[in-house]
Amino acid sequence: MTEEVFADGDSPLHRTAPVIRAALAIIYCTVVALLNEFYAILAALAFSTLMAGAAKLGPGRVLRHLSWALGFLLFLWLVLPWSISGSPFFGIGRLTISAEGVALCGRITLKSISILLAMMSLLATMRVASLGQALGKLGLPPRLVQLLLLAYRYLFVLEQEYHRLYRAARIRNFSPRTNIHTYRTFAYLAAMLLVRAVHRAQRVHQAMVCRGFNGSFHSLQVYRPTVWNPVVAVVGGLICLTLAVLEMTI
Amino acid sequence: MHISEGILSAPVLAAGAAAAAAGTLAGMKKLDSEHIARAGILASAFFVASLIHVPIGPSSVHLIMNGIIGLILGWAAFPVILVALLLQAVFFQFGGLTTLGVNTCVMAYPAVIAGALTRPFVLQTGFRAKAASFACGVLAIFLSAVLAGAALMATEKGFLNVTFMILAAHLPVMIIEGIITLFGVEFLKKVQPELIGSFKDQASANKGER
Repeated sequence: MTEEVFADGDSPLHRTAPVIRAALAIIYCTVVALLNEFYAILAALAFSTLMAGAAKLGPGRVLRHLSWALGFLLFLWLVLPWSISGSPFFGIGRLTISAEGVALCGRITLKSISILLAMMSLLATMRVASLGQALGKLGLPPRLVQLLLLAYRYLFVLEQEYHRLYRAARIRNFSPRTNIHTYRTFAYLAAMLLVRAVHRAQRVHQAMVCRGFNGSFHSLQVYRPTVWNPVVAVVGGLICLTLAVLEMTI
Repeated sequence: MHISEGILSAPVLAAGAAAAAAGTLAGMKKLDSEHIARAGILASAFFVASLIHVPIGPSSVHLIMNGIIGLILGWAAFPVILVALLLQAVFFQFGGLTTLGVNTCVMAYPAVIAGALTRPFVLQTGFRAKAASFACGVLAIFLSAVLAGAALMATEKGFLNVTFMILAAHLPVMIIEGIITLFGVEFLKKVQPELIGSFKDQASANKGER
């Protein structure tokens, strides 16, 4: 389940230096999150869609990833329209759906989708190892970067560890149901995962010390300076500026 | 319990980021280079635990385990949860970048508080320890739901119904997390008893050595 599906692509955005992409992602997402005007939000959606196109993400995978994240939005659509007071938009009996509620839901949904698309095209197109180093260059404390890179490195190892534990339980005829036995088994599995994590950490730490770890991890992925670096930086900056101006002037 | 992008207002996002930064700073103080590997791998374990789905009736919920993380890590839970949430945002686009601060606060403050309140009793034996572990799991989820609701309410009063529904939806999750924490802690106390509160103890032990 945990895979970097977008990382192995080849597009101008994939080749752009991670620092530029990370900085742009942070600025762009912040600007979009703060938008309030409907037309500015529509413009953001258009820009994000263009980004996803430029990164050649593939519509199927994008839609699948969006659908995972949209559960919370669906929940908002179910609750918000009739719980915000305002001019009635549509009514059934005593339940009235307010125009303000629908507008709020619409804005939130479009903003969410815009930000998710931008994150997929700018951040998910690099390996987390590159992202960690980019964040380090942008001023994230080195030890936090180490923490991120270690967590990323052992994510897959621990996921396999969990599958191994779960398979062992299944072989012994464990089938999950709603009962105390199931919950106890899952609790033991999860706790065992923590214990194994700590044991592995001890070995990893010793191995790191043995090899003279000095606090920085090196990424094997080399990003050569390309013409896309200044292009992405300038175009991205202009997009953010356009959105800000749209928001202020409308 | 991730608040997704595009919902919260600027002041709430900024306050969340500041509060998360403060907590992370406090947590990083507990993490010397000895402990970085352990904290990092526990962050991956926390991430993997959130992929575990346990059945409840016809549906299922995924584990959260911020209670146990709080018991083990204390303030160090902050950077660990921050990192796990960042990874989730990059892998699955759950939560997000601008909401990272708020979501970290929503998960990590309850972890720290529930851990600190229940740790002395969890380390005892018998019924008291069991009740305390159960309470730790319940409290961590309850506080998380309350914080998520508070962030929504601070953005827009119209989110009141949403907040109530979040609380209601998390009632079964609280019970399940309570049970999981109860058994999980029982297991840890048998298998690796020194793990609970280990970051706190070792940090102070290291101080003694210096």
